[in-house]
Amino acid sequence: MKRLILALIVLLAGALPAQALDIQTVDVPGVGTAWLVENHSLPIIAVQLAFRNAGTAQDPQAKEGTATFVAGLLNEGAGDMDAAAFQQRLEELAIEMSFAAERDESFAVMKTLTENRREAFRLLGLALSQPRFDADAIERVRQQLFAAVAQAEQTPSAVAAKRWYAAAFAGHPYGRPKEGSVDSLKAITRDDLRAFAASHFARGSLVIAIVGDVTPEEAKALLGQAFGALPEKATPAPVAEVKASPPAGIEVVNRPIPQSTIVFGHTGIKRDDPDWYAAQVMNYTLGGGGFSSRLVNEVREKRGLAYYIYTIFAPFDHAGIMLGSVGTQNERAAESMAIIGTEITKMRDGGATEAELALAKKYLTGSYPLSFASSGKIAGELVALQLDGFAPDFVAKRNAYIEAVTLDDVNRVAKRLLSPENLHWVVVGAPDGVASTVPAK
Amino acid sequence: MRVWSAIFLLACLAGASVASAAGIEVKSYTLKNGVELLVLPDHRAPVVTHMVWYRVGSADEPEGLSGVAHFFEHLMFKRTKRLKDGEFSKIVAENGGQHNAFTSYDQTAYYQSVAADRLALMMKLEADRMVNLNLKPKDIATERDVIIEERRMRVENNPSALIGEQMMAMLFMAHPYGTPVIGWKSEMAALSYDAVMDVYRQFYSPANAIVIIAGDVEPEAVRKLAEKTYGRNHGPKAEPRLRRAEPPALAARRVVMEDSRVRQPEWERVYLAPSYRAGESKHAPALSVLAQLLGGGPTSRLYRRLVVEDQTATDAGAYYSGTMYDLGQFSVYAVPTPESDPAQARQRLAAAEASVEAALAELLQNGVEAAELERAKRRLRADEIYARDNLMTLAQTFGRALTAGLTINDVLAWPDRIMAVTAEDVRAAAQAVLRPEGSVTGLLLPKAEAKP
Repeated sequence: MKRLILALIVLLAGALPAQALDIQTVDVPGVGTAWLVENHSLPIIAVQLAFRNAGTAQDPQAKEGTATFVAGLLNEGAGDMDAAAFQQRLEELAIEMSFAAERDESFAVMKTLTENRREAFRLLGLALSQPRFDADAIERVRQQLFAAVAQAEQTPSAVAAKRWYAAAFAGHPYGRPKEGSVDSLKAITRDDLRAFAASHFARGSLVIAIVGDVTPEEAKALLGQAFGALPEKATPAPVAEVKASPPAGIEVVNRPIPQSTIVFGHTGIKRDDPDWYAAQVMNYTLGGGGFSSRLVNEVREKRGLAYYIYTIFAPFDHAGIMLGSVGTQNERAAESMAIIGTEITKMRDGGATEAELALAKKYLTGSYPLSFASSGKIAGELVALQLDGFAPDFVAKRNAYIEAVTLDDVNRVAKRLLSPENLHWVVVGAPDGVASTVPAK
Repeated sequence: MRVWSAIFLLACLAGASVASAAGIEVKSYTLKNGVELLVLPDHRAPVVTHMVWYRVGSADEPEGLSGVAHFFEHLMFKRTKRLKDGEFSKIVAENGGQHNAFTSYDQTAYYQSVAADRLALMMKLEADRMVNLNLKPKDIATERDVIIEERRMRVENNPSALIGEQMMAMLFMAHPYGTPVIGWKSEMAALSYDAVMDVYRQFYSPANAIVIIAGDVEPEAVRKLAEKTYGRNHGPKAEPRLRRAEPPALAARRVVMEDSRVRQPEWERVYLAPSYRAGESKHAPALSVLAQLLGGGPTSRLYRRLVVEDQTATDAGAYYSGTMYDLGQFSVYAVPTPESDPAQARQRLAAAEASVEAALAELLQNGVEAAELERAKRRLRADEIYARDNLMTLAQTFGRALTAGLTINDVLAWPDRIMAVTAEDVRAAAQAVLRPEGSVTGLLLPKAEAKP
């Protein structure tokens, strides 16, 4: 059987991914260019939108949580419909519509049956251009955000991430919690919410992907009607470039839990860094590749220290980070941390092997089509590509960028990007033999 | 767990390859050795989801060995007689595949998502480990530590999950659904090589397996591949699934848990309910509709009453777990505003509970309105179409149903059964299920931390 498997691999290695994806661009007068993937086999249309420079980094000082608050209110009434009327309309037509704020952007996701498309786009346009921000809806969502803050506070992984970002981005908007705090949420007024929406949701900041049962002509009309009423230009606050620079060392957050939940990391790279692909390949071997990664092998498979462990390189508009996480029993937290440190050091100093490089490239190229396996996923990918400044032909080119990474590249970026002595570790739990070496922010 | 809420397949005949504008195409075969094969063609993208489901879950475990079905699932990723340690995952990865597995009360499933032209290889790999696993006693200790870490992460670090376990244990007094899928820690720590091998020998055989393939494939080609891979395996006949019956529930039960880690109190009530297969299963479609109109989102009765009108909660809802081999559950929940003071938190939970009681009493007394009934049914029908957008969701719909003792036709007939639900059906189902004596009410509360 093994021989047969190898033969199959050789035979199939030439298969190209993502050939089937035909991305069209649709120029919508007065709105901008939308990316479209047309597919009429299901009576569904999926849409994703992003507004650049409209994320939580735009929250005014002492009013952290504003962008999240606005997102929570966008399906709580628009135009002449109050919250109940708006939500009832969505429910009657089975339109799924949700909004969220990340650090750099605000997002909208919508799914509708083809037969309800006109009303669906009208409602989406209304939500963004004429949100009501009624007083009762504001208080309702404020209470829900208090609940989100409390929930995060009792969730060890959320506590660890929040502390890590606070340490890495002290004094920068990226260091503040996306959901805000009880105090900052209390301070946010209706005027703050209205001002945020008015100054950030504009045509000039809008990125659109539309997928499914719709033609280019119809997409053009639907999008024009939905978003033509948005203001032309946004007036976001400038966000400074920043290097993630958490203090090297350990911050223990004592909690009476049996498993230490650990987040570790240091600075990384932005998406436009020339070493981006080499970093992805290297990270696959280090901690990104699930059962194929060294960290899973050393920490989980060989020693049973954890159920999960991973590392990622995450890019923002104004910074990049390398971040990892592991959950391990308190009694062996120190051992896990030592092994993680050793593996990162080994990768930096010794690099990867040819076999590891080959496996990483095969996975990263071969799995690319899976990113396009549903309408919702396609819409998400198309928005991400636009936000990163790519043209539609990127999808066809992308695997060549991975293929071009050499072992020298991997070993060079390992030296450039990994710095185990500069890791900032946040340990939430009651770890044995692990003490804080840096003060909490 | 919301299973049926996202599931809805328009009717077409099993075994007859039918595709219509409104329906999905499903083709089924039974191989000579008993393997059931389902093919769900979808040519939108050159990818495929390959799943193998076994009719074994935590409810099939011998007493005292809780967690062994899930533990064995982890061990399926070790070596076989033909593949070395770690080689399974490596082969999937170098073919660009994503893979994993999961265990529940009634089923264990393994899956890969992969480019469609790699399907044959994935089938070979799964067919191989169905019968050729080469587990050794030395594999046990390390992986047992991993599942115990998994339990710490999922359950012990999370007060909400802890009270959930306590509630299930109270709801099912005898039936094994009262035992957590991941296992009780004391029993997990003692799981042995012999115990896991017994699971393998008893349950991992062709006659106990269902293979589901959704994506860019042709059914006949898949059938031929299946015969060349799964079709060559041999094994014993599937044995009947015998579980302890649940005695009549005669007393309303309350579980109150105080935990110093809690910042967000929670209220939940779980009712013992029929499933689509067991108990008064004629009520099952109406319970799916009831869950939607009572607690499916911001237009639902509970949300309107608790969050908008009474303002006794920041969130409230309901869900029905009806795809179970034995009895199901119907749950209602409320999340009040956060509170760290135990006495205050108790008051808030009491207020939320009063609102829920009022909403349920009104429903039981006056039934449902035609408009909300229609809205709920239309919503469920749309969910069916949305579900078809995702290969994994589609494959899971069938896999979960079949391993819960339902048939392909049960799945296909479901939309019609939902659309046929009347206001009277909903009221009858509510009256049959929303009985205090068939319920467990859970209160999760903060606890004052001891002063040093």
